[in-house]
Amino acid sequence: MDWGTLQAVLGGVNKHSTSIGKIWLTVLFIFRIMILVVAAERVWGDEQQDFVCNTLQPGCRNVCYDQFFPISHIRLWALQLIFVSTPALLVAMHVAYRRHEKKRRFRNGEKIDIEELKNEKVHIRGPLWWTYTSSIFFRMVFEAVFMYVFYYMYDGYQMPRLVKCKAWPCPNTVDCFVSRPTEKTTFTIFMLAVSGICMMLNLAELCYLVIKIFMKDSRKTT
Amino acid sequence: MDWGALHTILGGVNKHSTSIGKIWLTVLFIFRIMILVVAAERVWGDEQDDFICNTLQPGCKNVCYDHFFPISHIRLWALQLIFVSTPALLVAMHVAYRRHEKKRQFRKGDQKCEYKDIEEIRRQRFRIEGSLWWTYTSSIFFRLIFEAVFMYAFYFMYDGFRMPRLMKCSAWPCPNTVDCFVSRPTEKTVFTIFMIAVSSICILLNVAELCYLLTKFFLRRSKKAGNPKHHPNHENKEETKQNEMNELISDSCQNTVIGFSS
Repeated sequence: MDWGTLQAVLGGVNKHSTSIGKIWLTVLFIFRIMILVVAAERVWGDEQQDFVCNTLQPGCRNVCYDQFFPISHIRLWALQLIFVSTPALLVAMHVAYRRHEKKRRFRNGEKIDIEELKNEKVHIRGPLWWTYTSSIFFRMVFEAVFMYVFYYMYDGYQMPRLVKCKAWPCPNTVDCFVSRPTEKTTFTIFMLAVSGICMMLNLAELCYLVIKIFMKDSRKTT
Repeated sequence: MDWGALHTILGGVNKHSTSIGKIWLTVLFIFRIMILVVAAERVWGDEQDDFICNTLQPGCKNVCYDHFFPISHIRLWALQLIFVSTPALLVAMHVAYRRHEKKRQFRKGDQKCEYKDIEEIRRQRFRIEGSLWWTYTSSIFFRLIFEAVFMYAFYFMYDGFRMPRLMKCSAWPCPNTVDCFVSRPTEKTVFTIFMIAVSSICILLNVAELCYLLTKFFLRRSKKAGNPKHHPNHENKEETKQNEMNELISDSCQNTVIGFSS
């Protein structure tokens, strides 16, 4: 069970998305998940091994590392990607429920062509519109929450080269040096930028859906 | 044989589950197994290498690590996930047994059997009633028991769900009392609490599913008591149509919700 399986799960949802939704999914997989797996994980791979403190005191390095990095960037990004992908499953469940209802009507004797039901492309209307729109809304909320958590936890998006640590058992103040700070800053800013692009895509999709429903309403009244 | 193989096995069970069962399975795979594989295993990866004790005494670190971490969190979670997934196999076995019986009837040339060929028997989706209901309900009950037992084992073994930064160790051969420092305690505490929370959500889903099945059972009994007549031929034709629809729709539902082969 890994990112490949998540891709298989979300691939099914792709069929019922708008065009912007499909672009969002592609950006998510190629520019976020793939970058995380092939690049970022190697950059952060030696984060604790190469976190070096200027002391011989045993335990000081562990404690300082834990104080400055409560949750590693990689784990936060993994959680962010999982939470951001999951609202799409709401849409999948709604579509499955709709098909179940049609099947029930078929069972009750109403004439529905089986082939048509199987190949039907579900239009985003009615209650499905609300499910789809709430899933986009939740996606945006999760993105924003994680971006804020990053900012709050690490005091901005720059990885410092040196951190000064006073936690016990470190004697007085100890200088600790972070491994690959520039590379980490580059990747943090990259992931932040792609997060921003994803948020804009979600916003655009939301606007598109809202405009679509208003235009449909105005066409109905005229 | 890894988590992917378990995913394939349980995917087949998904076809015969209730909606709540399908949600439970999704939560299990995405929020537990996936988090375990992509995140938690890295956090605990260096747990013994970076478990540092303030002593030069050889063997002291090993002994202290073994004293404080009899079974690693990761291994306990892996065991928990396997035990919790396994009762679903009871349902799969029962369904396989039913299919086997129907195939036997078909081969004997039983006239009551209305299936066109063996393929149709293979694809049929069974409703959760009769003996299958009992199997399904006991599988949910066992899932609940395993979840509760593992959560208690965690709590008992590690005195709560928090990972301390410092442990004081006096086991031989450590001289007097030695300070030992755990690697990444905050990150470990966060993930432990996350996994406990998702476990609780799974327990709630299982309880909801149990209540749903009990309600369905009692409603069906009261309907039968009020309506004793039934038409066997009509029901068989209905069931055939329904099974065809089920097969087509559950296939497309599977592709929509979780893409795996049954």
